[in-house]
Amino acid sequence: MFKKFISLEWKQFFRSANFGKSIGIKIFMGFLALYFIVVFLVMGFALYPGLKELYPDGDPFIIVNSFIFFWVLADLMIRFFFQKLPVMSVKPLLTLPINRSKIVNYVLGKSVISFMNFLPFFAIIPFSIVLLFNDYNSGVVVTWVLIMLLIILINNFFNFIIESYSSETELSFLPIIVLVGGLYALNFFEIINIADALGNGILVITENPIFLLVLILVLIGLYFFNFKILRKKLFLDASLKTNIKEVKTSNMGWTKRFGDIAPFMQLDIKLILRNKRSKSSVWMLVMGLLYGLFFYPQPIYQDMPVVFGFVGIFVTGIFLINFGQFIPAWDSSYYKMLMSQNLKYEQYLKSKYTLMVMSVFIMFVLSIPYVYFGWKILAAHFAAAIYNVGVNSYVILIGGSYNRKKINLNERAAFNFQGTGAVQWLIGIPLMLFPVAIFSIFYFTINFETGLIALAGLGLTGIIFHQKLMKFITKKYLASKYEMISAFDQEN
Amino acid sequence: MITTSNLSKTYNNNTVLKIDNLEIPKGQSFGLVGNNGAGKTTYFSLLLDLIKPTTGHIKNNDVLVSESEDWKPFTSAFIDESFLIGYLTAEEYFYFIGELRGQNKQDVDNLVGEFKDFFHGEILQQKKYLRDLSKGNQKKAGIVAALIGNPEVIILDEPFANLDPTTQIRLKVIIKDLAEKRGVTVLISSHDLLHVTDVCERIVVLEKGEVVKDLATSEATLKELEAHFTGSVEV
Repeated sequence: MFKKFISLEWKQFFRSANFGKSIGIKIFMGFLALYFIVVFLVMGFALYPGLKELYPDGDPFIIVNSFIFFWVLADLMIRFFFQKLPVMSVKPLLTLPINRSKIVNYVLGKSVISFMNFLPFFAIIPFSIVLLFNDYNSGVVVTWVLIMLLIILINNFFNFIIESYSSETELSFLPIIVLVGGLYALNFFEIINIADALGNGILVITENPIFLLVLILVLIGLYFFNFKILRKKLFLDASLKTNIKEVKTSNMGWTKRFGDIAPFMQLDIKLILRNKRSKSSVWMLVMGLLYGLFFYPQPIYQDMPVVFGFVGIFVTGIFLINFGQFIPAWDSSYYKMLMSQNLKYEQYLKSKYTLMVMSVFIMFVLSIPYVYFGWKILAAHFAAAIYNVGVNSYVILIGGSYNRKKINLNERAAFNFQGTGAVQWLIGIPLMLFPVAIFSIFYFTINFETGLIALAGLGLTGIIFHQKLMKFITKKYLASKYEMISAFDQEN
Repeated sequence: MITTSNLSKTYNNNTVLKIDNLEIPKGQSFGLVGNNGAGKTTYFSLLLDLIKPTTGHIKNNDVLVSESEDWKPFTSAFIDESFLIGYLTAEEYFYFIGELRGQNKQDVDNLVGEFKDFFHGEILQQKKYLRDLSKGNQKKAGIVAALIGNPEVIILDEPFANLDPTTQIRLKVIIKDLAEKRGVTVLISSHDLLHVTDVCERIVVLEKGEVVKDLATSEATLKELEAHFTGSVEV
């Protein structure tokens, strides 16, 4: 039966409409994976000698164990944002004579074969080899590797529990931040020294492998908890029940001042607020706004204005990148209707553009308090905002004309918790790196101000050619109209 | 009103539609029947410029459909549920379509008000998104939305499927009324021979993409159609 599931997914991948695009992304991901593998390998081999050098008196093995806690936290965090439970379209299977538990077991089993779970071993295995060469007891080392394996699996399944609960609330990534932040704070303020406790715990287990059973029990517990959650979702009505809420309608009179694009603006705003998938881009705004706090309070970054440029682009452009990259796929489920309706493509695109520009403006205004950390930051944010309005917004619209992947807004697929994964961030990379590169070139060859002028100048150029650019973009969309209609007509 | 000439659509050497000449005059209620894969939806999609013809063209009120967009203001359609915007309520959806078609709220309210019977109290003021309505109710909303803005051409693909008997009867009245009293050209497709013969003045039978029968509806039409489709089963 599992073999059949695998062949189903194989077909789904190779027969999907955007196959070409997925393969491009897959190749890129492949390179990225290779890079991380190399980094982890190097880390694995260098860890022991490195720690020996830093702490000549300490035992590297014990030091590593005392850091496991932080690794667990970071791992949980990264998993939450990048690892999604493998999605499978289960609805057609429900009426067939297949055990529900078989489907759940398959999905959970498949989640174990995740890159996230293999990657740490590229560091763990070399480190263990080095340990063996340094005359550590082979029994201890083997037990230690087993402990690591169990911790990874525990994290794997724990993450899905967090994801499934946070997807039920509207809080998106707040729970994980609170959880990880809370644990970190408990440790940091030494209310409970979890790091040492965990480190010591691991040491105890390596001495008495029988305690491995504790971890195994935890793992089994988590697995069955996941099993229960998913099995519940496998009934058609389970996902329907919660969804019929009473709807509040508002006429959004304020959009009227935008003239002929008003109906589209209203539609877009409703789209964002009423669909789970798009709602997360609103939460991204909060995250984007706070992003500066990672950098600015730290004195080392005060002398690195390049960081200002990067944060500026990120903060003012986060909604643009998040929302913009799925234009026009947001409207994919009713694209046919739009195309046969009495509407001008230009208005449709202008509405999206206006929305993005508004978000940049709002984010800039909200980020003004960062001036507390220096006027240069404000200036950089301003230049970045102009760049986002004048360059990135058009780039992302042009990119949209190559969009062939349907987004199913109505989707309540049993395993689709957040809908977007790593790829979403990859697309944002050139949008953020290119302006930072421009800024850096001018900053390092001339000075800070010239860098800002270059960014703002590029942005202004774009704004001046607004009409021309929009015409060009409209043409691109019209040219790919038939292709888009047929691609958006296909599932997956 | 609608002139089709030398139209064909081919996918990988497989011709799914080939209509040499088909003329639909203004104000006609036109029915398209045929088995699955006969090319009904393909024809409607070509008419709405959702796919590109391989050869030939369709002219809608002298506008070349695949080249100009000027046919859009007087043409409306409901093909399937993908014509609905799931995250809007029925009212919001009607207003949105209304705005695209240059109608204000009052116009839309007036028009929609005429269909109270048809809605059977299950569409308006429900405080539900369209995506949460049943398939039949979604269809009702879609059909009425296609009537907003006084279109001169209305295209409905399989309007009777998924509807309950009461609504089917009401829909027939509405369609007849549109063609006879308001001079609207109505194009519908259906698998249900009885419904089409009831509603349409003219019925065209498609088979493997080609027009095989073109009948003006009379007493004998239903019999003739039944004979035709029974025959094509035996062949």
